[in-house]
Amino acid sequence: MNGLTKIFNKGTADEKCAINELSLQIKSGDFITVIGSNGAGKTTLLNLISGTYFPDKGAIFIDGNDVTRIPEYKRASYIGRIFQDPLRGTAASMSIEENLAMAEKRGQKRGLKWGVTKAKRERYRDILSVLELGLEDRLKDPAGLLSGGQRQTLTLLMVTLSIPKLLLLDEHTAALDPKTAHKVLLLSNQMVEENNLTAIMVTHNMQQAIEYGNRMIMLHEGQVRFDVSGEKKKNLTVEMLVKSFGDVLNDETLLTATKAD
Amino acid sequence: MESVLRILPISLEQGFAYSLVAIGIVISFRILSFPDLTVDGSFPLGAAVAARLIVAGYPPIVGIVVAVLAGFCAGYATGFLNTRLKINSLLAGILIMTILYSVNLRIMGRSNIQLLTFHTLFSPMEGLGFSRFYLVIPFFFIVAYGLKVLLDLFLHTDMGMAMRATGDNEQMIRALGVNTDKMTLFGLGLSNAFISLSGALVAQDQGFADVGMGIGTIVAGLAAIIIGETLIRAKSVRAFTLAAIIGSIVYKMIISIGLRIGLAPTDLKMATGIMVIVALGLPALKKGKEGKLHLRGI
Repeated sequence: MNGLTKIFNKGTADEKCAINELSLQIKSGDFITVIGSNGAGKTTLLNLISGTYFPDKGAIFIDGNDVTRIPEYKRASYIGRIFQDPLRGTAASMSIEENLAMAEKRGQKRGLKWGVTKAKRERYRDILSVLELGLEDRLKDPAGLLSGGQRQTLTLLMVTLSIPKLLLLDEHTAALDPKTAHKVLLLSNQMVEENNLTAIMVTHNMQQAIEYGNRMIMLHEGQVRFDVSGEKKKNLTVEMLVKSFGDVLNDETLLTATKAD
Repeated sequence: MESVLRILPISLEQGFAYSLVAIGIVISFRILSFPDLTVDGSFPLGAAVAARLIVAGYPPIVGIVVAVLAGFCAGYATGFLNTRLKINSLLAGILIMTILYSVNLRIMGRSNIQLLTFHTLFSPMEGLGFSRFYLVIPFFFIVAYGLKVLLDLFLHTDMGMAMRATGDNEQMIRALGVNTDKMTLFGLGLSNAFISLSGALVAQDQGFADVGMGIGTIVAGLAAIIIGETLIRAKSVRAFTLAAIIGSIVYKMIISIGLRIGLAPTDLKMATGIMVIVALGLPALKKGKEGKLHLRGI
């Protein structure tokens, strides 16, 4: 893998400029956490990367390929994404094994081959048993019967079935209760490390942003306000962040900062 | 009891014949969550195409194949209005349905075509010395059940699962690399192909095609689906398609019984409409019990 390069320059004609002339280079294997207050452009950034919207200016490259105008469904072969809402990552009326089988085919052509074969089912059972959630015995249950935490964990597992070049985590633990959130977060981290994934994680929680990943960026008004990686990031504390950037961070983010202590 | 036995053959014949409409509606409403109203136009479209070609001297099977293709195109057109031109799904269906009324008149050249004196698919089943029901009912059963099984199989392939996910969680399956617009176009085409096939077969079975024969098809089909899903408590894909067939037969039986006990044929559509309203509305009136009969797409 050549390493990912992404250059953003978006200046909307609209009043609201969600992402403003933002440039960012992401190296292969980077695990970047993104913080910033509401409206700083965190989710917009992910939407641009995944192709949900197209930028008004600028370009996006993955592995040197220009993907700026490539629709979302075609970018799927590069990018895996987990949303904040656990319900968005799985098809509720379809069984656990069907959801897994669909994820395994991410970005590939889907023909008239049988969706869930015996061999696949056995494999899914093995993979699911590692989670110790008892899901391995519920392969045929619709995903809609699972709890939010279980569904988010399943979504996470679905990503690993077909390793993407880039994984986007969009506050994917924010809607879960603290205990489940912690579990899902640990699992995500483990997954990213084991598979040497390149990942971007958006979070409201400063403690998380510092604890996980090898690089952290802070967005403010659509621009990168702060970019820190390696040793410098390891030595960072929530207090330091609050002291330096308290003015640009809104209440919600500060709130999580105090909670995390 | 005796009267039930007397209405059974006709209910089975018509039930199986119209179950293709119900299966088509399962694809659009249930699988794709797309409330497709093209139905009232694509049903007579199938009848019109088949009738016109049979009268022109083509073998019945040619008429049927062309009718199926025409139905596919009609559904595709509705999908095109929705996915590419961004017209609301209900309006897209109504527009194509309305356009098809003129198209059907063009195809037939007049408002109805009689087929009794022509060679249809059912002609060889007549005058064999025993009731035509003995052949017609098994024929419709094989067609309806066979296509149900084929559809079930398709919906469990990679592509079929992508289609189901398009109706269930469009954003998720798009993020997994599926062109959901394509799935909608193909699914609506498939749905209306089933419905046109039903029209083509019904026209030959009853011996005529009429430009007005499509009115109320969607409501009758929905009634059949609701009855079927209530009876077998359908949850899986296989159960939905089975419910369409069973519901279609039971619906025809209810209608036959209603007519026998004095329901005026002219009030049939009103009765069906009220049936659907009650079935959909009752759960809403019972507070707290949120839509047991909730139909996706409605």
